[in-house]
Amino acid sequence: MSALVASDVAAVQAAVREGRPLLPVAGGTHPASVPGPDGPVRVLDVSGLAGIVDYDPAELTFTARPGTPLAEIEQMLAANGQHLPFDPPRLGPDATLGGAVAAGVTGPGGFAAGIRDFVVGVRFVDGTGRLAAGGGRVVKNAAGFDLPKLMVGSLGRLGVMVELSLKVFPRPEATASLRFPTVGLAAGLAAIAALARGPITPLALDLAADGAVTARVGAAAELIAARAERLARSIEPHGEPLAAAEHGPRSATSPGEVAAGDASHWGEARRFAWVGDDARLVVVPTAPRRIATLDAELDSRGLRRRYGLAANVAWIAWPEATPVAELSALLAAHAMSGLVLTGAPLPEPLIGAAAGGAFARRIAGALDPRGTFAGGSR
Amino acid sequence: MRYRCNMESERFTTSLRALGLGDRVLTSDAQLAAFGSDALTAFNQRPLAVVVVESAAEVAAVVRRCHEAGVPFVARGSGTSLSGGSVPVEGGIVIALNRMNRVLSVDPDARIAVVEPGVINLAVSAAAAAHGLAYAPDPSSQSVCTIGGNLAFNSGGAHCLKHGMTANHILGLRAVLPDGEVVDLGGESTEHVGPDWAGMFCGCEGLFGIAVEATLRLVPVPESVRTALAVFDSLERAGEAVAAIVGAGLVPVAMEIMDALAIEAAEASVKPAYPSGAALLIVELEGDEAVVEHELAAVEALLREAGCGELRATADPGERALIWKGRKSAFSAVGWLAPDYIVQDGVVPRTRLGEALREIDRLGAERGIRVANVFHAGDGNLHPLILYDGREEGAVERAEELAADILALCVDLGGSITGEHGVGVEKRDHMKLMFSAEDLGLMEDLRAAVDPGRLANPGKMLIPPPSASPAAVPNPAATA
Ligand SMILES: Cc1cc2nc3c(=O)[nH]c(=O)nc-3n(C[C@H](O)[C@H](O)[C@H](O)COP(=O)(O)OP(=O)(O)OC[C@H]3O[C@@H](n4cnc5c(N)ncnc54)[C@H](O)[C@@H]3O)c2cc1C
Repeated sequence: MSALVASDVAAVQAAVREGRPLLPVAGGTHPASVPGPDGPVRVLDVSGLAGIVDYDPAELTFTARPGTPLAEIEQMLAANGQHLPFDPPRLGPDATLGGAVAAGVTGPGGFAAGIRDFVVGVRFVDGTGRLAAGGGRVVKNAAGFDLPKLMVGSLGRLGVMVELSLKVFPRPEATASLRFPTVGLAAGLAAIAALARGPITPLALDLAADGAVTARVGAAAELIAARAERLARSIEPHGEPLAAAEHGPRSATSPGEVAAGDASHWGEARRFAWVGDDARLVVVPTAPRRIATLDAELDSRGLRRRYGLAANVAWIAWPEATPVAELSALLAAHAMSGLVLTGAPLPEPLIGAAAGGAFARRIAGALDPRGTFAGGSR
Repeated sequence: MRYRCNMESERFTTSLRALGLGDRVLTSDAQLAAFGSDALTAFNQRPLAVVVVESAAEVAAVVRRCHEAGVPFVARGSGTSLSGGSVPVEGGIVIALNRMNRVLSVDPDARIAVVEPGVINLAVSAAAAAHGLAYAPDPSSQSVCTIGGNLAFNSGGAHCLKHGMTANHILGLRAVLPDGEVVDLGGESTEHVGPDWAGMFCGCEGLFGIAVEATLRLVPVPESVRTALAVFDSLERAGEAVAAIVGAGLVPVAMEIMDALAIEAAEASVKPAYPSGAALLIVELEGDEAVVEHELAAVEALLREAGCGELRATADPGERALIWKGRKSAFSAVGWLAPDYIVQDGVVPRTRLGEALREIDRLGAERGIRVANVFHAGDGNLHPLILYDGREEGAVERAEELAADILALCVDLGGSITGEHGVGVEKRDHMKLMFSAEDLGLMEDLRAAVDPGRLANPGKMLIPPPSASPAAVPNPAATA
């Protein structure tokens, strides 16, 4: 079915008011959650609903239309020494702000600052075509229901966002990364627990299935070397500076190599390059004490996976050829939920245990009574 | 249906007692007196009864009973709401959660704690301290207010500048919806998939039901903390210093400003030995030793550049505690300056702090009303304390007018009518300053979808539409 295009609020409202099932899509970098070409749900292309509306660096906030490319926002922020500290995944060059909020996924470098705390205002068109706003443009605001938070992870299913306000943070002047050669999951988890509770809060804390831990720290340029060194020595076995992949599997030695290793590692991490073209990226929120059980299941199926944000999330590469229903059943059996981000379109990208129960049903029913964003039924 | 005659209400309270609550259903005047209002004492309403619950199952049973009988209810933690959030609803009951005050578990490896809603905010940090962890949100009322109240109001505190508000620290919660159904929202992870249902429940001011358990994020107790005090000859200069610090890419954990009146009040009550001046800026830095030292040097340089007078910094826990005691007791301390006062709570974009303060000063002078200012400067959250003498003819009205004008000013400058104290009863009428009729209509639709009978804390945050059931229509007589 051909896409509808809406590049302003009125066009979004008109499309929604037609009452036929549709879902907003902008950059298309989370393909599993967009309507398939042959299904009953139409694509509402909102990539033209783009542009920065307001940015005053001194406020540490900006307002933009959701179709604005993340790349543009990052450039704008970087020019002022700021960044999106939740490090949204970059699953394609066209990734947009709206897509990042709708997916609601914190990237590997966002351990210290999850996405849910950074969306402070939203304007959106609900399932009846009504334009409404929640939150505001200031960093602190307790007036009314927290609709901006509701949009984080909403996958376009609760309304079409037309404007977003976010808070941002100063960007660390310098960053450095360390690899801790811990062996085995238990040792890795122990290392993560110790590092996360230590005096230096890392920006990222990743755990590989073999138990190796990768950490990233930020600081002012003149402090970074000492800070990384202190973090490296804070646990046994000590961490070693990460070398860039092109230098082969060894530690970095010069400051230039350290910086290059850091940049290339996290650049790749946020692209999730390791997932490969033949697998879907699935995000599964979890907790340190649940990882051993989950990992045993994933290992027995020979799945590639990583654990991020200090073991608060599992990133799983699920083979495109294997039905997603299998993973859904596995997660449900462990009372876990997941979100399939990439691969062929799915009628329902949220898998595993259902979240929110009656609360979710009632809120969704109020925002979208006709099920316009739910394939036509609620 | 609302209970109008005694027999009906007696039948209802008897049915509550029959749920196994026995003498924990309070109905005598003496027992109810303490529950008639919250920290905003202008509003007072005698509830039908107060039910002192001890478990989530009891909350669910009581709420279900209310649902069946059409009786409105209000959850209550410590009743320190400053906006009338915990004031009873006429003909409704109060569900008192103070006895549900256990920290159920602390998982140091995951840095989380699971607690009951009646736990006092500071008790969470106390329970986590053995593991080198703490609960970050720190409302000034933290020694008395509860996690349930914090969650319902998405409360803030001085240290939320770096750590974020309460909702950022609530990873999951169990709630009793207004018909008694129990749901689990969020979980133990810092991440969630699908809409942020737990985040949406936070800040609902009790309109979506009652939180009976919460999973909280804990943070490591910092290795090093430094608190700097700087005096300025004007509030505006202090505000500029804040902007300079933010502009330099520094995120202190707290930045607070107090004006001369607030300093005077603090000195009169808890004697924090602040340096005197027109404005006092408190900047706190925390983290590892090396970074804190580095940032302190940068902050001190910026403060001097911004033209500060006396400047001191301390790492001493005793001195720091006294500094914060002065700041955190500022609300009650202004009681030394005037018989009555209104605590206002509004937000402006941080770059417009200076402008806002000048305008507040002018608005106060115009009416001959003294205003003391203490505020979370780092995030533009103002707390003007409007001083008056209620015995003077028309003084209350003049103070309220000024309070309303200040809110309008905040919105005009691009801010909000509340940063952390919530809307409650006090600011219902001001919601329309920020939100269009459509926005408010949508919020009302959401509450009606979750609570069709409008029994959960009706009359707070939103003004019920004329079509709403009688129980949901606020009783004007309830507002003294
Ligand atoms: C001196 C003083 C200083 C203060 N300083 C600050 C400050 O710095 N920052 C700040 O944000 N606030 C501050 N406050 C306001 C107040 O302390 C907070 O709003 C606090 O969160 C209220 O907690 P409580 O336990 O007293 O809640 P209550 O007043 O009992 O209840 C508050 C609201 O929450 C609802 N509620 C309570 N428990 C639950 C639950 N379990 N589930 C659902 N709803 C529930 C109630 O119905 C009510 O609407 C201050 C108040 C005072 C008196």
